[in-house]
Amino acid sequence: MTEVLLDIQNLRVSLPTERGLLNAVRGIDLRIERGQTLCLVGESGCGKSLTAMAIMGLLPRYAKVTTDTFQMAGQDLTGKGHAKLAQMRGREVAMIFQDPTSSLNPTLTVGRQLTEGVMRSERLSRTEANKRATEMLDRVGISNPAARLTQYPHAFSGGQRQRIMIASALMGRPRLLIADEPTTALDVTIQAQILGVLGELQTELGLSLMLITHDLGVVAAIATDVAVMYAGRIAEQAPARDLFAAPLHPYTQGLLRAIPVPGVTPRGTELPAIPGRVPGLIGPMHGCAFRDRCPLAGPECANDPVPRLIRQPGQFVECYKAIEPEATI
Amino acid sequence: MLGYISKRLLVAFCVCATVSAISFALMFLSGDPAIAIAGAGGRAQDAEAVRIAYGFDRPIVVQYLDWIGSALTGDLGRSIYFNVPVTEIIGNRVGVTLNLGVLSFLLALVVAVPLGIAAALRPNGWIDRLALVLAVTGQAIPSFWLGLMAIVVFGVWYGWVPISGAETWQGYILPVIVLSYYAMPAMMRITRSGMIDVLATDYIRAARAKGLPMGTVIFRHALRNAVLPLVSLAAVQLGLLLSGSIVIESVFALNGLGRLAWESLLRSDLPVVQAIILILSLLYVLLTTLADILNAVLDPRLRGAS
Amino acid sequence: MTDVSTETRPATALRKSLRNSGVMIGGTILAIIILIAIFAPLIAPHDPVAQDLSRRLLPPFWHDRAVPEHLLGTDQLGRDYLSRMIYGARVSLGVGLGVILVSGTIGITLGLLAGYFGGWVDMVISFAITTRLSLPIVLVALAAVALGGASLITLITVLGLLLWDRFAVVSRAAAQSLRHQEFIMGLRAIGASRFRILFLEILPNMQSTILVVVTLEVANVILLEAALSFLGLGVRPPTPSWGLMISEGRDNILFDPWLIAMPGSALCLLVLAVNLFGDGMRDVTGPVRK
Repeated sequence: MTEVLLDIQNLRVSLPTERGLLNAVRGIDLRIERGQTLCLVGESGCGKSLTAMAIMGLLPRYAKVTTDTFQMAGQDLTGKGHAKLAQMRGREVAMIFQDPTSSLNPTLTVGRQLTEGVMRSERLSRTEANKRATEMLDRVGISNPAARLTQYPHAFSGGQRQRIMIASALMGRPRLLIADEPTTALDVTIQAQILGVLGELQTELGLSLMLITHDLGVVAAIATDVAVMYAGRIAEQAPARDLFAAPLHPYTQGLLRAIPVPGVTPRGTELPAIPGRVPGLIGPMHGCAFRDRCPLAGPECANDPVPRLIRQPGQFVECYKAIEPEATI
Repeated sequence: MLGYISKRLLVAFCVCATVSAISFALMFLSGDPAIAIAGAGGRAQDAEAVRIAYGFDRPIVVQYLDWIGSALTGDLGRSIYFNVPVTEIIGNRVGVTLNLGVLSFLLALVVAVPLGIAAALRPNGWIDRLALVLAVTGQAIPSFWLGLMAIVVFGVWYGWVPISGAETWQGYILPVIVLSYYAMPAMMRITRSGMIDVLATDYIRAARAKGLPMGTVIFRHALRNAVLPLVSLAAVQLGLLLSGSIVIESVFALNGLGRLAWESLLRSDLPVVQAIILILSLLYVLLTTLADILNAVLDPRLRGAS
Repeated sequence: MTDVSTETRPATALRKSLRNSGVMIGGTILAIIILIAIFAPLIAPHDPVAQDLSRRLLPPFWHDRAVPEHLLGTDQLGRDYLSRMIYGARVSLGVGLGVILVSGTIGITLGLLAGYFGGWVDMVISFAITTRLSLPIVLVALAAVALGGASLITLITVLGLLLWDRFAVVSRAAAQSLRHQEFIMGLRAIGASRFRILFLEILPNMQSTILVVVTLEVANVILLEAALSFLGLGVRPPTPSWGLMISEGRDNILFDPWLIAMPGSALCLLVLAVNLFGDGMRDVTGPVRK
């Protein structure tokens, strides 16, 4: 039986605004198995970063987060407070962020920032922690790692800093790594290197990876599974191969108009523009959120609830018009 | 690092030179310092005698170079009123001002930093509102008036503290509180805004993602970055406290430098006034330069830059 | 979005000001004090400098011994305290305004030149700012007033010549950021004179920032004037200045503490009003902070 590292049912995130409650994430289910790489894709503002922050428990106090089920790394976190989540951060689950230049504290040495988490959580001595930090830096491809522990972040390039962030995230030997647009702020060549590092680490350490991106090239390069988010919901989720071969949701089809081919589509390929606007997320919403932009929309699309067509665990589409790929052949 | 410091020191040196020229030139504001010393109603011969005795008959540049030359060797001239070396009078008085200034500074710091941090952690919370009220009133109340009112209430009505003088340590209580309240608001506000800015940064989010407890995140990661602007401001505030204590010293009848300067002005003892202005300016330059160097030490980005 | 908000900016700024409690409360108190200062001769019941030694140190109205024609009592020379308080507002505001005119002109001009031209002009002016900041302001002002002969004009000139630094710092920064904007580059390309660019194009673009500095500096000047007058080296007697009144009331601090309580409270109220207004304006006009 495969080990399920993350199982979330009906995750909702809402933020109070001046004009009312903004329902940014409106009930999504996520499931990540050991060794899987799930890519969460979607336009900016679709709620993908908020989803990651909610899983990490890093949202500000005023954000309202609810789940029906929340299991992570074998622990049931349903209805548990921030304290329980805080204990898991850095140990079972770790996160790296978009901008490596601002994610490292400029006034602390790299060594200090790498070791402080495990020295606390695993009660390692400074020597033990430094030894592990050296190992990790070596593993992510920083040369002469022992000497570089005493340096400050400004002595490193952007790509090196993202490698350090990855090393830092792996210090506590997490089983799940969440990466929020880890390559967006980097040069294209550096992007390839960072993705390479992530891929290698995944095979070596048996990591599960949740990668948030709007770069279809990244998806094509690394994803085993893809979840397409639109307006706070997952419109379609499928194994990467299936999704690229036969997208079911009209939104996915729109995104994949320039179909990325693994190994062929260059990284940096942005999501193609789809005409129309994302509906406002304040207040209740009825029917399919995509219907205003959807070429196939009909009158029934305004009705609740939008049917979900489940083909197997981890593969589904939410649409009135979704057609079985077999039927079209 | 060395390049940065030497550049700072060069600027500091130029400022010192300019400031010394200004404090020297102040003496000539009244027109003829000889008449000021001899007394406005005095005879012309008296003024002439003073002019020769003090060397005012020489070209002004020569006088300045002479003055600054002896100042560099530690000789700030003689008091006209007491006829003793200025350094001696100042030496007797400087202790009170240093006590007052440094104690007030420390008290202000001890109140401002925790208050600023607490306010930043919950913007618009009750601590933040309290801090804002304290800051706004602190900036609006004239310190000399607050001092007088404090004397009325705690010295006269309740009799808790002595009304004037600093013969005992109790004499410092009111002046230190009043003076620190004057310096606190600015330091509190800069701690608060610095902390709010830092708490919103990516590296704080990354530190939290590591699972560090909030206390570690605040004190190890945030505070160190948030105090960088405070260091520069604190130097300025300490300088202001030392030179601003003139009013407080007069209110509480403390025999410090400020009161000496004021009395010397009233009796036209210009060499003493000049010397005090020079000393306070140099002290300010020293403090701000030290703050810049301290900032460079605290901030590795500056340390690497030249 | 952007062009819409630019178009409606004056209207929203006004609406935001009306909704900002600091601007409203501070502005109202300030307006009342300004009106009192302007119409002082009409409001004041007595001549503020007329002495009546037979009616010395009468207490204010809440006291048993109070006399109805002297609502706030009289001082040690038998002068009507209410009238002196009313005329005191004139001195505070007058000195504040006068000093700002001098210091603002100096500071803005230097700041604009430094920010616009950069290079050695900037170096010299920045050095001047640093030097000015290192002078102990109270002491230098005291010395200058003492040696230059105490009078309102000397006081205003001296403070004006000393307090230009904040104007210079702010306008230097504004000129630096505006220098490279397209409309300024365009004006330079069509050969507009530097004077025109600096004072007719850049200056009007920073009026909200300047307004905030003006309020901060007015508060600063009012407190400095009071302190100098308190030390006997500001406004000369018998001119009624709140700082001077506190100094004069000091001898009677034991038995008649209201003599210092009232002018001091007036000072606090005025400075508080100016600061509230200034802080509020900064929130209204300043960049939105998250």
